[in-house]
Formats: sequence, structure tokens, C-alpha cells
Amino acid sequence: MTDTQWETYEVFHQSKKGDPHMYVGSLHAPDPEMALQMARDQFARRLKCVSLWVVRTKDITATDYQNDDFFAQTTDKSYRDPKAFDAPTKELSHE
Amino acid sequence: MSAEKANDQKLADFEAKINGGEKIEPGDWMPDEYRKNLIRMMSQHAHSEIVGQLPEGKWIPYAPGFRRKLTLVAKVQDEAGHGQLLYSAAETLGVTREQMLDELLSGKAKYANVFNYPTPTWADVGVIGWLVDTAAVINQTMLAQSSYGPYARAMKRICYEESFHIKQGYDAVVALAKGTPEQQSMVQDSINRWWYPTLMMSGPPESKGLSVHSQLAMRWKIKTKTNEQVRQEFVDHIVPQIRALGMDVPDKACRYDEKTGHWHYTQPDWEELKRVVNGDGPCNKERLEMRRRAHDEGRWVREALAAKQRAKEVTA
Repeated sequence: MTDTQWETYEVFHQSKKGDPHMYVGSLHAPDPEMALQMARDQFARRLKCVSLWVVRTKDITATDYQNDDFFAQTTDKSYRDPKAFDAPTKELSHE
Repeated sequence: MSAEKANDQKLADFEAKINGGEKIEPGDWMPDEYRKNLIRMMSQHAHSEIVGQLPEGKWIPYAPGFRRKLTLVAKVQDEAGHGQLLYSAAETLGVTREQMLDELLSGKAKYANVFNYPTPTWADVGVIGWLVDTAAVINQTMLAQSSYGPYARAMKRICYEESFHIKQGYDAVVALAKGTPEQQSMVQDSINRWWYPTLMMSGPPESKGLSVHSQLAMRWKIKTKTNEQVRQEFVDHIVPQIRALGMDVPDKACRYDEKTGHWHYTQPDWEELKRVVNGDGPCNKERLEMRRRAHDEGRWVREALAAKQRAKEVTA
């Protein structure tokens, strides 16, 4: 009985225009069109949805949790953070 | 570093992550026992959702009124969806959905005891949604905190939908409880039949110490409460509701304990749980036969989808 072990698709759901597509889960489907149909039944049968994306799982290239080095920051990156600057917001006094 | 030492280090890192509240994700290193424990729990959970469609599903044609019929269809569809979400989450651990489905259909897999009891009256549909799903949500709210990311995510979604299941069940029960004497006694009869099977859902007590499975599951925060804690939470929540409806808890010893602040109750017959889970409940055979029939009758759909895929490959 190996008739439904189709490839898996990852599903992204957008609740309304302007919102980002959010990852909601995965499913098995024989092709992308069916994956969309199944994604609607599984992830959009109740809450509002205006757009769905399905992506073959195998087409996703991902980082590896084991490889922390990938995200390691060797130097201080605080200059990228707005909170790192305390420029005055009030009018400057020039006495 | 020897292989054994390297493994000890990995285990120490893994446990440090869990104790720090970090989630474990697919692809992370994990002890074999963690993986096995999760596959066992998640597949049994998925099977329970799939089999859980059957006791109520049979009432769809007889639901009183169109709105209750639509509601029940939606609820049963949710159970199918929950099963698929859980199979997907379990697959991240290296088991396939086909393997899990095979185990269910061959009768090898276990699933929740409670779905092996009959649903002879309409009140049972309401009482399942209200009692059984309340017990399920208390357990699942705990599991939504599970240390395994995919399980916790699936649980969050499922808990949200289960709250609809409880509401619709309670609504159906209230309608009967406000009805004729016959309707009221139908509710009482249903509570009488479901009370102990529902208490059994959270599993046997750990009075003789935690089982090996439970010890590991607690140590690695797959679950964070004992069976007794989950059951007590359920009893404390549901007993006042039952009484508020003017119904009786079918347990003469059930009383509020001022000292502990909890409702005292009589333990169910744990031998019965063993029998029912191991295949000898009132409806095990009927449930599996129905599940197999549904699988066989759906074969043409799977074949049609596979044929569509093949046709595309040929023309591509």
C-alpha cells in the first residue's frame, strides 16, 4: 500500500492582501494543482484566506540547525540597530 | 574524543536546550529514544483523530436540523484534517504516512480507547464534543508546549479548532438538557456511559511511579504533566459544568475536597482500559472494518490522481 506517499509540499497562507504569506504546514499531493486544492481544504476551510502558495519541499534550500557558524557575527553589529543611536528628538539648544 | 564521549556531549547539549525552553526542530540531533517516543505518541494521536471521525460520523445523516448537520460535517472534517496534520508532523521524524496508515489498517497501531465505545443516541454526539473533547483539549494544550517544534505547532492549530468542537457539543447538550424529560434522561444516560471512558483517556495513574515512556517524555518535555494531573484538571473543570446542567456525575464518591481544592473522584477500571486499547472493546472491530472499507472505497480517487500525474509526465 504505497499509493499516497506522494511528494510533500510546504504551504504558505495569506489572510489578507498586504499581509505576508505565513508558513502553515505541509501536505502530500500528486502535483502542484492538487496541492493547492488540498491546501485549501486543510488550511483555509475556516479562516479568511486570499492567497495560497505551495512549494515542493525538495525545492527548498535551507540552512542547517547544526551549523550555527552560518549566522555567527564576528564583529559588533550594533550600528545596524536604530536603538544604538541616541540622536536627540527634541529641538537642539544652541546656547 | 571517543564516540561515546561525543554522544554524551550531544545529549548534554540537547537537554540543556530543552531545559532552556528551546524547541527541537527536524534535523536537530536528538536521542533515539526521544525520536521513538515522539513517533509513538504522534502516530497514536493521528490515528485517534482518524478513528475519532467514525463514532460521530455515523450520526451525520440523522442530525436534527440542517444547521446541526452542517456543524457535524465540519467537525468530522476537522478530525480528518487533524489526523493529516499529525501524520505530517510525525513524518518529520523519518517515518512515512504510508507506514503509519498500514499500521492502523492492519490493527497493529493503538489509538484512543474512547473511540471504541458505541454512540447509540444523538446525545452521544453532544456529549463527545463536550466531555471527550474537553479532556482532549486539556491534554493538547499541554502538548502545545511540547519540546518538539512540529508537534507543538500542530497542537496549537488543533486546539483552536477543538474549541469549536467543545462549543458545538455543549450547545447540543444544553438544548437537550432544557428539553423534555425524555431528552434530559437521554443526556444523563449518555454522561453515565461516557464518564469512565473519558476519565481513562489521560492514561493510567502513576501511583506506582512513572512508566519508562512517561519518565522520558517528562524529562524531555514532550509532555509536562502526569496523567493524574491532566485527569484532575479535567474533573475540576467538568464536574461543575455537569452539575450546572442539572445532571449527575455517575460517581457516588464524587465530592469537592475543601482541603485540596479539587474534586475527588473514583478511579476507572484500568483493566478495562487495557482490554479496550489492546483490541477488545465494544466497537474495535467495527471501527477498523469501517476504516478499511473507507480506505478501499477511496482507492479510485487515489488512482485517478496518480493517473493524472502519469498523463502529465507523458505529455511533458
